[in-house]
Amino acid sequence: MLNVKLPGLDMKNPVMPASGCFAFGKEYGDLFDLNLLGAIAIKSATKEARFGNPTPRVAETSAGMLNAIGLQNPGVEHILDHELKDLEGIDTPILANIAGRQVDDYVYTAEKMSQSDRVNALELNISCPNVKEGGITFGTVPEIAARLTEKVKAVSEVPVYVKLSPNVTDIVEMAKAVEEAGADGLSMINTLMGMRIDLKTQKPILANKMGGLSGPAIKPVAIRMIYEVSQKVNIPIIGMGGIQNADDVIEFFLAGASAVAVGTANFVDPFCCPNIIKELPEKLKQMNVDHIDELRGRSWGRC
Amino acid sequence: MINEKMLITKNTCIAPNIYEMTVQGDLVDLVLEPGQFVHIKVTEGPLPLLRRPISIASVDKSTKELTLIYRVDGVGTKTLSLSSQGDRVEILGPLGHGFPLDVINQGETAVLVGGGIGVPPLYELSKSLSKKGIKVIHVLGFRTLEDAFYQKQFEELGQTVIVTDDGSSEFKGTVIDALQLLNLNYQVMYACGPTPMLAAIENGYSDKPLYLSLEQRMGCAVGACMACVCHTVDEDDEKGYRKVCSDGPVFKSGEVKLSC
Repeated sequence: MLNVKLPGLDMKNPVMPASGCFAFGKEYGDLFDLNLLGAIAIKSATKEARFGNPTPRVAETSAGMLNAIGLQNPGVEHILDHELKDLEGIDTPILANIAGRQVDDYVYTAEKMSQSDRVNALELNISCPNVKEGGITFGTVPEIAARLTEKVKAVSEVPVYVKLSPNVTDIVEMAKAVEEAGADGLSMINTLMGMRIDLKTQKPILANKMGGLSGPAIKPVAIRMIYEVSQKVNIPIIGMGGIQNADDVIEFFLAGASAVAVGTANFVDPFCCPNIIKELPEKLKQMNVDHIDELRGRSWGRC
Repeated sequence: MINEKMLITKNTCIAPNIYEMTVQGDLVDLVLEPGQFVHIKVTEGPLPLLRRPISIASVDKSTKELTLIYRVDGVGTKTLSLSSQGDRVEILGPLGHGFPLDVINQGETAVLVGGGIGVPPLYELSKSLSKKGIKVIHVLGFRTLEDAFYQKQFEELGQTVIVTDDGSSEFKGTVIDALQLLNLNYQVMYACGPTPMLAAIENGYSDKPLYLSLEQRMGCAVGACMACVCHTVDEDDEKGYRKVCSDGPVFKSGEVKLSC
């Protein structure tokens, strides 16, 4: 009643940890069996190794958190040779997130990553606000996002999901642009840009000043955007943004998601993914639903 | 490491804004060394959302109790201070790598230097060292004598010098001033406190083995979120960084840059 099939991702249940919140699985693999998960979205890979931003990199907010880690990762080659090797013993599909500063970086990383036997699909992180092309970000201009998607699709040997930024005026326009460019699916939403200022120092708390807001505080934004986009595109959506329990997963399906990712909640409870997966069947029974797929888009009907 | 709803057996104020809490449960059996910490969910709801990392001040395996000493400094620790004996609180732990005990031999002397809320983990360390037959000397810094805590407990284990900013204790100044004046004969030094204090100690006392316990804002506390990283001193180090939560919080002097 929980298995879902998305491009490249044949999942025994619809729950995966979100990219950036689970590293490359090893730490959580010491706590529970990673085979329990529907899939694993691994941390962003870039062409070169990156140390990331200075600390503090996280700050708490009401029902949420801000982060500005800065895409710290050991680079795509290292990930292929080490981090992915560590995941060879498990059969859970891997969604490999990739990021870059310019189109060539994405293309390089996508090509390398997609050639790995262990990678089942790619997730393009287009929310990185630091790019060459006239200072415009990949995540906010539909034409640029579409062109990037096309170039990555041209080299990728596995399906490509585009992770959309919520920091846009028209999320539907973005979604349609990358769908037309060949995206096999969407991940939404990435974090919302936010900031906190310390009253004692009167300075921003994050060393990077601004960061991405995640956690239950952003769930209504995610639900709204998925509700809007899922009715306008024909590709599946991996929904994320503040999911903490089985009820939240069901709400994302009702909005139109085909699978979900759990991010910040892993920090609150490292066992939350397996716990949610365990809770879901009982929730579905209570709703008289035989398969979770039946819930997808149920909220769309007219009032 | 386990996540357990531990029973609060005590939660009392022992100095201004400083609380001593004891919690009971199976997690206690897993504590390996002094200097490890736990990650506490202070409330079931989303306010505050994240856990709070708190160092372990003392371990009693016979009663299955941990003592945690924390300073009320924000909404999380404020909430924790309001919980009562008999309540249960969700605790993940034990976490991190603590102070090494095998770097010093019976009959030798260790100096333990603490500043403010960095003092608590030194208590379990001092107990463990004493049990091994190591002479312990404590140099503990506080703002004022009123802010000081556990003076008696430390005195029972060895010489204890309380240093205060305002001179309300026997010694006015910083722990660095005290170390200079005392000119102690010792084999290994351990320190926990604010980063500027650790940096000053590293600057003056790296000629003998020195171990520092770092503090950093954390997300997951299990090594996954990369919130609490710091650079290695060795620029040729393969990774170039260490995670305070899972590689630390205790590092040998010279391993990581303290400016993080």
